[in-house]
Amino acid sequence: MNITLSITTTIYKFLSEYMSEGAANIGAMVTIALIYLAIFAVAGLYLVLLERKVAAWFQLRIGPNRVGPWGLLQTMADALKLVSKELTGTVKADKFLYNLAPYFVIISSLMALAVFPFTQEFQAFDINIGIFFLIAISSIGVIGILLGGWASNNKFALIGAMRSGVQTISYELSVGLSLVTMVLLTGTLQLSEIIEVQKNGWLIIQGHFPAIIAFMIYMIAGTAETNRAPFDMVEAESELGAGFHTEYSGMKFAYFFLAEFINMFIIAAIAATIFFGGWLSPFGITESIPWLGIFWFLGKTFVLVFLMMWFRWTFPRLRVDQLLTLEWKYLLPLNLLNIVLMALIVWLGLTIQL
Amino acid sequence: MSYFGDIYKGIKTLLAGMSVTGKVFLNNKNNTITQQYPDNRETLKMFDRFRGEVVMPHDENNEHSCTGCQKCEIACPNGSIEIIWDRQVDPETGKKKKMIDQHIYHLGMCTMCGLCIEACPTDAILWAQNYENSVYDRSALTKVLNQPGSKIMPGVED
Repeated sequence: MNITLSITTTIYKFLSEYMSEGAANIGAMVTIALIYLAIFAVAGLYLVLLERKVAAWFQLRIGPNRVGPWGLLQTMADALKLVSKELTGTVKADKFLYNLAPYFVIISSLMALAVFPFTQEFQAFDINIGIFFLIAISSIGVIGILLGGWASNNKFALIGAMRSGVQTISYELSVGLSLVTMVLLTGTLQLSEIIEVQKNGWLIIQGHFPAIIAFMIYMIAGTAETNRAPFDMVEAESELGAGFHTEYSGMKFAYFFLAEFINMFIIAAIAATIFFGGWLSPFGITESIPWLGIFWFLGKTFVLVFLMMWFRWTFPRLRVDQLLTLEWKYLLPLNLLNIVLMALIVWLGLTIQL
Repeated sequence: MSYFGDIYKGIKTLLAGMSVTGKVFLNNKNNTITQQYPDNRETLKMFDRFRGEVVMPHDENNEHSCTGCQKCEIACPNGSIEIIWDRQVDPETGKKKKMIDQHIYHLGMCTMCGLCIEACPTDAILWAQNYENSVYDRSALTKVLNQPGSKIMPGVED
């Protein structure tokens, strides 16, 4: 059997030898969903470990190193502990919404993973509105946070959830507009075609000055959208206990926690795809070996994830008014100016083509 | 133009902060402050100022240097030390004198302040080097510091 990197068609062809066309289609989808679920649950756990290690290195500590070699099994052990923990809840909580909230958060973050091109043709779901889908899906997660905060019947949780709503609605604009700036360059929303465009140079080089501004705005807004420090007022420990997930325990808490880290991965992966050429190798050095694209994609993504962790352990937390000032008075006007600048550059043909 | 000036200043200060933490991150291997848990119990030498628990050293003849003056008991702010003593006839001189029966030390109440060790005129009690003090029963934390059958070292009271 000829195994190509196009996993959807490979599994579909394999299954269609045994069953009817419709069943094979559904079977292929379910198989890929399960594979992605398993891989990214583990990847999320290792992102947590990476975060803890990076935090330790920034603070001149050693970090987790007891469970397994170099502490590699630490988060696995934590996950096992969380699975075996009792699921507590408040008496006056809205039970249905309270139980629904973690699934909203985790499902919306896992859905976004489907459209990423990990390498040439290695993409579960190549739709022609890729970026639009990503922006839409990544803003659904906030519903889960709002539900969780509201249904817990806890003041701190509610305040945290409302802050999250304010923050996500504001910064959604900046994320969207900075991506629109790049779409002006590519002329397409489909992620695989965006990468095709970048074979003439990554977009951050093609778009030079406005692309760098768009990248900076995107990283700031993306950090805010994942509710990470310095924009972590949603779960500001010193003010709100644990924020919207104060009342959650065990596996439901783990879903929130995992979703935060998968969201971070998604924000970094979007940035890697749009600005840094996704799976394309620098100067095309490994163009003849397509599967190495996974390495380049993950490498770029992890550099950006590290950048977000660097933000987290450097900057102090913003107040709510500072947060909104930053978005509405600085990022948004700059972003709109930047779009005009980018449009001019594309119109006059001033892009850099390698 | 202060609007763009603010943006410039903001980016500059953010980058300054990131360069500070970035330098710390790159140099962390040499400067790690935290210590690992001391697993090498046999070869480990703790620091001079380390305060594990109060012990009373005995020499090879099972002799200590505690005169039973009770200065440590008085110095202790929370009553961790109790000294049970009586007057016995000293076999050498034939005179009655104060001798300790039991020097009782409650580790569970001790705050490791070290006032007893400072107060001791004969350096009979010292800080130990051990650091694993957890036990399953609270009564195990009440310790008798002088060994059974021990007596005071000759010449300490002179």
